[in-house]
Amino acid sequence: MAVGKSVKRIDAVAKVTGRARYTEDFFEPDMLTAKYVRSTIAHGRVTAVNTDKARQIEGVEAVFTYEDVPQTTFATAGHPMALSEVHKDVEDRLLLTRDVRFMGDEIAIVVARNELAASEAAGLVEVEYETYDPLIDPEDILAQDARPIHEGRSNIVGEHNYTFGGDVDQAFDQADHVVEGRFATAMVQHCQLENHIAHAYMDDLDKIVIVSSTQIPHIARRIVGEALGMPLSRIRVIKPFLGGGFGNKQDVVLEPMVAFLTLKLNGRAVQINMTREECMLCTRNRHPFYIDVKTGVMNDGTLVARDMDAISITGAYASHGHAIAAAGGSKQSSLYPKAATRFHARTLYANIPVAGAMRAYGTPQVIYALECATEDAARKIGMDPVEFRLKNVARQGDINLLSNKEILSCGLVECLERGRDFIDWNRKKKDYEQFKTGPIRKGLGVACLSYASGTYPVCVEIAGSRIALNQDGTVHVLVGATEIGQGSDTVVAQMVAQTLSFPYEDVLVVQAQDTDVTPFDTGAYASRQAYVVSNAVFKAANQLRDRILAHAGIMTDEDPKHLDIVNARIVDNRTSEAVMDMKTLAIDSFYHKERGGQLTAEISYKTTTNAPVFGCTFVDVTVDIPLCKITVNQIINVHDSGVIINPVQAAGQVHGGAFMGLGAALSEEFLIDPESGYVYNNNLLDYKFPTFTDVPPLNHDFVETFEPTSGYGNKALGEPPVVSPPPAIRNAVLDATGICINTLPMSPHTLFSAFKSHGFLDGKGGQHV
Amino acid sequence: MKKIISVTINNEIYEIAVEPNQTLADLLRYDLGLTGTKKGCDTGDCGACTVILDGDVVNSCLVLAIQTDGSVVDTIEGLATEEGLHPIQEAFVEKGAIQCGYCSPGMIMSAKNLLDKNTNPTEQEIREGISGNLCRCTGYQKIIEAIDSQKS
Repeated sequence: MAVGKSVKRIDAVAKVTGRARYTEDFFEPDMLTAKYVRSTIAHGRVTAVNTDKARQIEGVEAVFTYEDVPQTTFATAGHPMALSEVHKDVEDRLLLTRDVRFMGDEIAIVVARNELAASEAAGLVEVEYETYDPLIDPEDILAQDARPIHEGRSNIVGEHNYTFGGDVDQAFDQADHVVEGRFATAMVQHCQLENHIAHAYMDDLDKIVIVSSTQIPHIARRIVGEALGMPLSRIRVIKPFLGGGFGNKQDVVLEPMVAFLTLKLNGRAVQINMTREECMLCTRNRHPFYIDVKTGVMNDGTLVARDMDAISITGAYASHGHAIAAAGGSKQSSLYPKAATRFHARTLYANIPVAGAMRAYGTPQVIYALECATEDAARKIGMDPVEFRLKNVARQGDINLLSNKEILSCGLVECLERGRDFIDWNRKKKDYEQFKTGPIRKGLGVACLSYASGTYPVCVEIAGSRIALNQDGTVHVLVGATEIGQGSDTVVAQMVAQTLSFPYEDVLVVQAQDTDVTPFDTGAYASRQAYVVSNAVFKAANQLRDRILAHAGIMTDEDPKHLDIVNARIVDNRTSEAVMDMKTLAIDSFYHKERGGQLTAEISYKTTTNAPVFGCTFVDVTVDIPLCKITVNQIINVHDSGVIINPVQAAGQVHGGAFMGLGAALSEEFLIDPESGYVYNNNLLDYKFPTFTDVPPLNHDFVETFEPTSGYGNKALGEPPVVSPPPAIRNAVLDATGICINTLPMSPHTLFSAFKSHGFLDGKGGQHV
Repeated sequence: MKKIISVTINNEIYEIAVEPNQTLADLLRYDLGLTGTKKGCDTGDCGACTVILDGDVVNSCLVLAIQTDGSVVDTIEGLATEEGLHPIQEAFVEKGAIQCGYCSPGMIMSAKNLLDKNTNPTEQEIREGISGNLCRCTGYQKIIEAIDSQKS
């Protein structure tokens, strides 16, 4: 049985030996390098560009400005094409722009024989501007007389309003208590280790070949076609090994430009290899949110009403825009399905860097506010926060009132119980009573999460799989699912091995994605891959199994129903005796002159379900008030993600998510100058994502349910672990100090202000506690 | 103007002409095709380009190639032998310490250097010993478990 076993990653040896080749490890002869000329202001319009000096630098082959690019706007979000207007992405980008919308906007591009010449020349392009006041604060952006950041468009990119679970106002009227809170989350960034990089060239058939570090090869192909007005069939996208994405590469950032440049330069290879500083400033980031939450609760602990009003800032361009707020809000209905709930969200343009998809897509912001508010409600009625959640969270058989679908698998109650036991909640709650005064305080916190296993019914969920029997009795598997480090190729191999009854080692998944070769799939995002691909793989593997057995039947003159595959051998299922090995069968199928053929199976399958997943975080913290420092002593994430296909890999996803959540909770934020829109810390020294010495040991557990809508009982896991650590830590700090810190990150800076305003510190280095 | 240097890389002596402004990372990657050494920031913050230079770890993006004249450099490509993977590489595979793999070569070189110098590090010593290497996928947990499994 391959499913459920911690087999070694398919690509592990390639990666530990340095043999795995990423986009930058591919060289084309005479490849040119391109560098963007970026705006030095956040808001304005270019009045003049002079490229004369740049063109004189030795090695410069070409300079293009906003005047040279196609004037058709296009959308960059890595979504499947939407056939309905409602879900269409906002087409607000040009390859280069005259209208400057954030500091770092792309005005011109220099192509040169080497990086040094390109950088030098880019610095010599002279740009003059008409400057406008940057719009950064939501109040300024929403002001009646605010300048539209995109001419002819509202500064509100999207607005969303829904209710479920009954009359919300009436529910508030009947509630014993109403608790209110205002929350804010910071702009954080993916910081995947491999920066954005792509190159393009034209092959001998005049096709544009793009090699890119992308999570969405097939979508990138379509969007390049849209941006350049070219037929999709002339574009080929290849994705080699990829050094992390987390959503930042679920967007076309470089592909249209490298394609444009190679077209302009007679098919010569052109590469854009972003610096870390560019990658942090000029790709995508997580939308900052401002959220007001109202919660209605009864004295017996029943959560009866919820009202959430959110503002999401998408920055200079829409990218995934309003889809983020809408997706984030929708997760409430599977977490607390019984409360009457209203959600209202507006997404705004602003003259700051562009937000896009990032791990869990709006959900970390919404669930942070929701789980802080849930904590406040529990405290209001004096109920234990775990008991309060156990009373109100989703259970199997509940109806998700937003989708009107029954929740078919849900282990959240058990997740909470296991987490509570692990952290030793009841004992520590008593022990920590003595740490509620003085400079060092201790507390416990909990938060829950719910997430989805894909994007249906908002987007199509399509996956493809092709499996072919090789002459040596192994199989090759092609999937459109995109391996980006999360381990999807490995779990696909496990699924195929399971259904075919082959050894895992005999299942070879083709690693690189190539849109000319691999079946259509929309890519790696929404934690969708293992769930959505499972159905395509399950069906394809079963189809191939039937074909293998049919051929075995022909070879042996037996009815195939008496035959089976066991560990890559054909077995007579009446006697359990081996009839032949797979290689013998394969050779016959290939080379017998009258019968057989290459045995293959191919399935393209649309999943029309979307299983909710669940989980929670428990933390134990110490708060040092004079130092304004939070230490996480212990943390555990417990998840219900259905059947766990590969426990070691799954643990890695949980650890990585919890770690990213710890960063967002405690230290990560872009520091943006509120006047100029300048970002102070777009590098890995000043942007504080945790190092080895900043994180505690990370613990995890799984409550395995079986999800009937999935090929192997599995559900989403990649993104959810990032969601619940920040509210759990905030709730633990509240438990320790009695103070609600409602802004992320809870950095020393934030804590200092809070402790000062509560009289814990005098602000001059002295202390009152 | 280029200058010829002599440098031993993975036990092979190279006599090679380098530009005075060329970094060791670029020499390894672009001139010698040793692309296992990765670049994540070019400013010494991420550690993806870590190699061992004369017995000490360095960020090869911060070392000029010309400085390595007469030196010994070990990169990820030199770690596995005909007998198979180095035990630390094996441990990374076994413990699931790899996800996207982009930090792995540099991480493994730092881990090797740590264990070469301290065969029995505590968990805190492991954390501090390789804290110059960033990883965004794993939360470091399984990397620590992998290194811990190689203590003597």
